[in-house]
Amino acid sequence: MLMIEARGLTRTFRARQGTVEAVRGVDFAVQQGEIVGFLGPNGAGKTTTLRMLTTLLRPSAGTATVAGCDLCGDAAGVRRRIGYVAQGGGTDPRCRVSEELVLQAQLYRIDPAEARRRTGELCRQLDLAGLEERRVQTLSGGQRRRLDIALGLVHRPPLLFLDEPTSGLDPQGRSNLWGHIRRLREENQTTVFLTTHYLDEADALCDRILIIDHGRIVAEGSPKELKQRISGDVITIEVANAVDRAKAVLAEQSGAGEITISGSTLRLSIKHGDQVLMSLLRALDAAKVDLVAIQLARPSLDDVFLTLSGRSLREDIHDSTAA
Amino acid sequence: MQTLRDTLLIFRHQMRLSLRNPVWVVIGLVQPILYLAFFGPLLTGIAHSPGFPAGNAWQVFVPGLLVQLGLFGAAFVGFGIIAEMRMGVLERMRVTPVSRLALLLGRVLRDAVVLFVQSLLLLAAGIAFGLRAPVLGILIGLSFVLLLAVSLASLSYATGLLTKSEDAFAPLLNMITVPLLLLSGILLPMSLAPRWLDLLSRANPFRYIVEAMRAAFLGEYATAEVGAGILVATLLMMLSLAIGVRTFRCENV
Repeated sequence: MLMIEARGLTRTFRARQGTVEAVRGVDFAVQQGEIVGFLGPNGAGKTTTLRMLTTLLRPSAGTATVAGCDLCGDAAGVRRRIGYVAQGGGTDPRCRVSEELVLQAQLYRIDPAEARRRTGELCRQLDLAGLEERRVQTLSGGQRRRLDIALGLVHRPPLLFLDEPTSGLDPQGRSNLWGHIRRLREENQTTVFLTTHYLDEADALCDRILIIDHGRIVAEGSPKELKQRISGDVITIEVANAVDRAKAVLAEQSGAGEITISGSTLRLSIKHGDQVLMSLLRALDAAKVDLVAIQLARPSLDDVFLTLSGRSLREDIHDSTAA
Repeated sequence: MQTLRDTLLIFRHQMRLSLRNPVWVVIGLVQPILYLAFFGPLLTGIAHSPGFPAGNAWQVFVPGLLVQLGLFGAAFVGFGIIAEMRMGVLERMRVTPVSRLALLLGRVLRDAVVLFVQSLLLLAAGIAFGLRAPVLGILIGLSFVLLLAVSLASLSYATGLLTKSEDAFAPLLNMITVPLLLLSGILLPMSLAPRWLDLLSRANPFRYIVEAMRAAFLGEYATAEVGAGILVATLLMMLSLAIGVRTFRCENV
């Protein structure tokens, strides 16, 4: 079953300089139970697309079916079936954790007793147990982010939208949150659609990635597929002796490409580097090469983005502050 | 039905937050009490000069202070919605099926209740200073305060949502409230004004409301002033609510 089907979604904004096309005709589909990532630099149109899909912004053109409801014809139906966690969250620092969750449930017309039951359940599920009576302003960044997600889940939506779920969290907090997001799918078959400009996040979390740039989807596929589209892996070895013998061994490997040597370090471009690593080690040993270090570098999604757009995703992140 | 339920839900939530910090209710009262203490006594001296309306000085002054309380209390609530917008609270609620009308009305209702309580406290202070007025007149006056609170809070929320930033909202608010205050005859009655100022002030809806409240405080209920006040206050409320609802329904704020 399709959870999201977007057809030609377009959004233009009127600005002083004329009209700005934030999203230019986006088509895609998301299956039930998938975790799909929307990857792109800031200003690429990720948040605008998300705001259209969550009924916050009316599309200038195109339409979508979200969780079985027509986006333009049945916004109320869409709202009942989706959860949305905005980039900056949406909690009031003055409120208590349980207050926010009970209120949110009641906004979805859940009765107070059930709202309180779900509050307890979600707090346990998202490691917020014991914090129910704490003010939001006293929570850590990670706790607050988990509360944001709990607020998006209080009505048990089959589809959850997360806008930059881990931005601003430390590495531990991020991997912790990834665990929670994966568990959502495992335990409740929740479909998750998230945006990110972190490559490792898209890589670690998503079944499928849509890469968006300048308001258009420029590539689509699993992280693995996308990375395989560009040239293969790189194996780097550092040797203590016999650079020539080592070079000969590298050249014999199946799928071996260009070899570059600088001092005692050799770099080999190779397809499926992971599959030759073991035989390479044995061959180097047999050739009596003393290995100091070995490293296998896989192409990153950043390389994919670089290939597709001619720019690095990271450059964009540093250059631009607009969301 | 659903809208009513949602309105009460938002109202209860907002009220709880206000009660958590009741100090603001008191701070809102400081300004009118200061006027009562340091400006009111000046009026008792000139209450018998020609042009000053009938009644004792407090019957003229306290209705004006009630309107001023409304003007500076309810008109500033837009700052709250800008803060909620910035925190993402509003957007979070707009993704839920909650009635958009309730998001406005729940807040407006809270503001009306807060202003009502402040008005009672101000009236009590006025009575301590020497205000004497019939109970019915005071009740009519309080009804005007409620109408005014609903109108101004709705307008303030709409303006807050449209300006989106405190930096734009604050000067705009000053630009609007100060002339409204001066041209309403709140501090000194417009019966003292030269003809041009008197005419100018007739364009200000607050003038009619203040005059109606003064008449009510004097016990003169079946008068043109009270009639005009009810008409103006009701029209103002309907217009303001319409603007507020329209802004809250609008999808792209």
